[in-house]
This record gives sequence, C-alpha cells and structure tokens, in this order.
Amino acid sequence: MLHIHYIDYEAVRAHGEETYPHECCGVLLGKSDSGGNHVRQIVRAGNTRTDSAHNRYNIAPQELVKIQRQARGLGLDIVGFYHSHPDHPAQWSPTDFAEAHWIGCSYVITAVEKGKAAITNSFLLNGTSEEDKKFEDQAVEIDVKAIEIDSAEPISQQKGQA
Amino acid sequence: MNIHIPTPLRSFTSGAETVAVPGATVAEVFTNLTTQFPELQQQLFNTEGKLRSFVNVYLNDEDLRYLPSKEATTVATTDELTIIPSIAGGACPTGESASRKDSCCSCCPLL
Repeated sequence: MLHIHYIDYEAVRAHGEETYPHECCGVLLGKSDSGGNHVRQIVRAGNTRTDSAHNRYNIAPQELVKIQRQARGLGLDIVGFYHSHPDHPAQWSPTDFAEAHWIGCSYVITAVEKGKAAITNSFLLNGTSEEDKKFEDQAVEIDVKAIEIDSAEPISQQKGQA
Repeated sequence: MNIHIPTPLRSFTSGAETVAVPGATVAEVFTNLTTQFPELQQQLFNTEGKLRSFVNVYLNDEDLRYLPSKEATTVATTDELTIIPSIAGGACPTGESASRKDSCCSCCPLL
C-alpha cells in the first residue's frame, strides 16, 4: 500500500495540472516497511524530455543524485516516483514499464483531462530483477489528519478506475 | 570509498544504504563491491560485463560515462560513488501513428 498525506497527494495532482499538456514528474521520499511505502515528502523534478513532453518524461540522473542526497540528509529514502498522463488514462504504459527500474518503489500516475487532474493510481514495481519485474496495482491510503499530529489515522482508501 | 546504494538494490547489500569499498580505480571498486555482494553483479552489469544501460554511476557529481578515463578513473578514499537507476516513461503514443495491433497498451482500447 502507498501511504501519502492529503497535502502531498494534492500537490502531486496539482503538478500535473500545472505542466499540462506536458507530463510532470517527481520523486516520493519516505520510508518503506511491511505495510508499504510511506511518503513523507514529495520533490518536484524537471522533465528533460522537451522533445516529446506531452507523452514522455525523464528525470535527469544528476537531479536524481541530488534528490537522493537530499533524502539521505533527511533520513528518508526514495520510495517512489510520480508523473502525469495528459489526456490519457492513469494506467502504466509499455514505456512506463520498460523504463521502470526501481523495484519496490511506487509509481504514481495521474490522468490529467483537459488540464484537470482526474484519476490517480499507484503501481508497485515488484520482483527481484529486470528479468522478472512486474507492475502491480497498489492501493493508496490518503491521510487527511494534520501533519503535526503523530498519530494520524488514515480515513480513506482510494483506488481509481481508468 | 563510500558507495551509495539506491533503495531497490539494498536488498542485495543487507539493507545497507552506504557501503565502504576499497579500490584505486572505479573498476577496482566495482570488482570489490560485487565480490562483497555477489548478487549485485547481475543487477548492475550485463552478460558482457558492461554496466546496464539504465544504471547511472556518479563519481561525486560527475557522470562516469563522461569522465575521460571512465571506469579506469582513479579514486580517493574521500570520493563518493553513487549508483542511481534511471527514471523515465510516459503515456502511450496517440494519434495515427499508433495502432491497436502493434504499439500500445491495455489502457488504450480506442487506439
């Protein structure tokens, strides 16, 4: 399961609206445990695929290195990534799968329809290697309690249908 | 020198986020790394012994691919190596160039 605070969840979706009709992308920082990936912070990234930004995204490795360093400084890990699909369903594409290499991480996709964020789905990249990796639907638990409250209790689970 | 391990590969380093590995060059460091953690060999290198195309390696802030000596670059104990798999993707192609038969995914039933 992907656990994410409502503020971060909405920020991910808003990013997709801001970059429409181009794809947005970013990184989810947090911690993983047996209960899933817990997002503590999102980091926006630049889409370097300016040649085809409406249906492709790429995060520069140099930027990823900096984000990983930032995560380390915060005591967090990279637990996932997000991007948008402008006027396209919130389902992973063959390109998404081919370019997915972070096994154990969550890949969050938001469909942005005519500039408005619609469905947001998450997919867990499971497996042990490139040879047996696969995407699995991943439930999203959105925490709406105040961030300052440590004992925040999730009140909703959402899994959209594209 | 210290090598920073990305989250998907930490299951092969007993969960270690950073590992200290000796070596005078990047190549030596990698050899020692995969000797210490044999399962990383297949994760990082192809059958020809080359770094997999999606595996990026940074020596401090420099992309190994663009260093003049590449894997033969000498390193100091204070240097840091970061392994970072690439991240990319995107929606299916749309329009006349895409067809139901050859190019797209289950999310594109109308193409």
